[in-house]
Amino acid sequence: MMTLKVNGQDHQIDADPDTPLLYVLRDDLKLNAAKFGCGLGQCGACTVIVDGKAVFSCVTPLVLLEGKQVTTLEGLGSVAAPAPIQRAFMEEQAAQCGYCIAGMMMRAQALLQRNSKPTDDEVRAELAPHLCRCGTHMRILRAVHRAARLMDTAELTPERKGSAQ
Amino acid sequence: MNSPVMLDRRSVLVGAGALIVSFSLTPGFAQHQDVPSPTPPASPPGSLKISPYLDSWIRIDADDSVTVFTGKAELGQGFKTAFQQIAAEELDVPFASLAVVTADTGRTANEGYTAGSHSMQDSGTAIQNAAAQARALLVGEAAKRFDLPAESLRTENGAVIAPDGRRLGYGELVVSDLLHVQAQPKSQLKDPATFKVMGQSIPRVDIPGKVTGGEAYVQDMRLPGMVHARVVRPPSYGAQLIDCDTSAVEKMPGVVKVVRDGNFLAVVAAKEFQSIKAMNALSAAAKWQENVRLPKQDDLASVVTSLPSQDSVIFQRSDPSAVAQKTLEATYTRPYQSHGSIGPSCAVAHLADGKMTVWTHTQGVYPDRQAIAQMLRMPQDAMRLIHTEGSGCYGHNGADDAAADAALIARAMPGTPVRVQWMREQEHAWEPYGPAMVTKLKASLEAGGKIADWNFEVWSNTHSMRPGGAGCLLAAQHMAQAFAVPPAKPLPLPEGGGDRNAIPLYTFPNAHIVHHFIPDMPLRISAMRSLGAYHNVFSIESFMDELAGLAGADPVEFRLKHLDDQRGRDVIAKAAEGFGWRAGERPPPGRGFGFAFARYKNLAAYCAVASEVEINRETGRARLVRAVAAVDSGQVVNPDGLTNQVEGAIVQSMSWTLYESVSFDDKRITSIDWQTYPILRFDAVPDRIDVHIINRPGQPFLGSGETGQGPAAASLANAIAHATGKRLRDLPLTRKRIKDAIDA
Repeated sequence: MMTLKVNGQDHQIDADPDTPLLYVLRDDLKLNAAKFGCGLGQCGACTVIVDGKAVFSCVTPLVLLEGKQVTTLEGLGSVAAPAPIQRAFMEEQAAQCGYCIAGMMMRAQALLQRNSKPTDDEVRAELAPHLCRCGTHMRILRAVHRAARLMDTAELTPERKGSAQ
Repeated sequence: MNSPVMLDRRSVLVGAGALIVSFSLTPGFAQHQDVPSPTPPASPPGSLKISPYLDSWIRIDADDSVTVFTGKAELGQGFKTAFQQIAAEELDVPFASLAVVTADTGRTANEGYTAGSHSMQDSGTAIQNAAAQARALLVGEAAKRFDLPAESLRTENGAVIAPDGRRLGYGELVVSDLLHVQAQPKSQLKDPATFKVMGQSIPRVDIPGKVTGGEAYVQDMRLPGMVHARVVRPPSYGAQLIDCDTSAVEKMPGVVKVVRDGNFLAVVAAKEFQSIKAMNALSAAAKWQENVRLPKQDDLASVVTSLPSQDSVIFQRSDPSAVAQKTLEATYTRPYQSHGSIGPSCAVAHLADGKMTVWTHTQGVYPDRQAIAQMLRMPQDAMRLIHTEGSGCYGHNGADDAAADAALIARAMPGTPVRVQWMREQEHAWEPYGPAMVTKLKASLEAGGKIADWNFEVWSNTHSMRPGGAGCLLAAQHMAQAFAVPPAKPLPLPEGGGDRNAIPLYTFPNAHIVHHFIPDMPLRISAMRSLGAYHNVFSIESFMDELAGLAGADPVEFRLKHLDDQRGRDVIAKAAEGFGWRAGERPPPGRGFGFAFARYKNLAAYCAVASEVEINRETGRARLVRAVAAVDSGQVVNPDGLTNQVEGAIVQSMSWTLYESVSFDDKRITSIDWQTYPILRFDAVPDRIDVHIINRPGQPFLGSGETGQGPAAASLANAIAHATGKRLRDLPLTRKRIKDAIDA
């Protein structure tokens, strides 16, 4: 049994220490956003934020996460109260099948938390570990830039739900 | 819905022919439509032909709620939103008040496969006409109740309104079996000039859930008591399981069951990661005898052209007055390529009280049900397949197989829902690939620089080994009482398979086009987005540029010189204009411009693509800098949805064209993940893609999901040739091939 902090809440997890975080999130915590794509750290569909950094949850064992803060897409916002990154992806219609999108958004979120105004080259370089097969790349890039602008605006307004840690 | 029908409403139906009323007491879903009834004189449009009852498309309940049913499956194309727009428009109900139910053998019409860019043409047309006819019936019913002529009434916001302001909601009007009637051949469709919902870029209904972690995919299903299964596939095609001691695996934590049926091997565990550990242990315990000999990968062109083939001339035209002066010949090749869905295939199956339910991202719930029922030797009506979204599929991937796996395992565990998730390497190694193809072209120019004769030969497997029969399913091939793979069949023209788009839309005085259909399939293959059109258009449009070069003509002008089809000419002109194409313009150093055009299947959407490419002469690396497309898909329902499809087609086709080929040794597939099967990454994404839509109000919907694949590939290849001065004819146009060509 170990304690895992996900989206600000402590959870008691009964799983082998070598269990990748992905399966703890999906199987034990019933969270949908982090996706199984390859299990090899090659596609990015499983990406979540751990202590502010984007990580592949499919190759991150539970044992490494003691005392760390895990944020998933669910922790950013909801349909009713979307975080800037979520609003941006909705407004740009930046999905086709959408399977890769949650992972993309988490890496973009981590980027924007440390660099609020990334250049286009910085966004492309940051998203390099992520694959999209539908060819939605142009929209994804636009959505990340839009999210940066939305976050910029959001900082000027009172406390808004949606930033990871 | 089941009270006696009122026959006097036949007067309200528009169009010719008698109103056919069914006295069936069952809802008008497809599987119940074998009620004997006279056939209408002319068939109604779209999929209304196969499922003519209006209430198999549109249901209106007493509480005013409206449900639209489609037999097509949402695969990430966004048509669910487009269908909702169509129904809202023709019914005059608010967009948000509608619900759309997609492919489900228990609820929707049998529209076969969601494939070939048919959804808008077949299902969209059916929904549009069913909605229009339903609205006419509602108006007729209201006319009777108001005692006013139907012509004096109007509809708005889900109600029929009389000139004096009286209002009857659709829910109040739909009594008994009002909509349980067969569609008429003709509908009174709205004037496109009055459209309020169609033609608008309404945001997709599924995106909010997908960007907030909602339950959106079959992978996200969690039924009470559900267990997790993993399959252990053979190491190569046709391998025999000769020994497997399962005892140690059975004692592993969480393991519920090991299922072995001939060469079919699977393990079931309570938790997902337990099932993966058990799969690895089971895989290590399994001893296989490998039998297959795969062809030589580096010699695919001669392998493909030397296999036995059934040859047919699919097009012939002669005009001896055209005199050939200069002749050109070329051979183009395409390797096996993967669909490469980001999410490997997944399915959930549940056998309860003798009934099997399978949730699957198959493209065809009905044909897949038929195949799985045959495999399990169960009656089809004891089985229900419900389409549940998966990762984007782009054709026949592992979806049907995963559904069969889940059903086979669930049969061994009655009462327990079973979720099967394929691993990455299983999807890559076992999905049916887009077939390798070879085309040989030969053409001559006459003195004036026009094409005098055109010879085109294409060698290809079929492009569909989709189920229908159990033998197309891996599990059925592997089980002890195995089903044989059925013989391959060519897909008939005009749509075609290997010969899809083999007949150019251009007019040539002499033309001879041959399809060499190859029945033997050394690798497992089936339908991949645009089928043979990808390679045929790549070949034709590359060759058109080679001929334009020979004629000393501008590629765009050269195409227009041979094209009579006005809508084709319009998209060419639009793409050229949007790109800023100027004849003879020299590109910046290291760059090249390319152009290509096709009408998908010669009967669906028109698409032209202009590209600018940048070549690193040191490394051979090619990058698409920008692309400008023009598309005509008839009446546009959701412009942004169409743009999204065409953008995606260009980007995906670029990835196929620059990077992708399935690799294998003499026994095994060796491209089994994203390292060994690299695809496009963000560092090679274009600076911009512009899609110009030519809307054709009131014209039929033309399928557009695949129209970009061929033109994007050829446009890119032509730009590379323009930049390097070297013509590459073997796909993919890799960095090494470009570098070798530059250095040659």
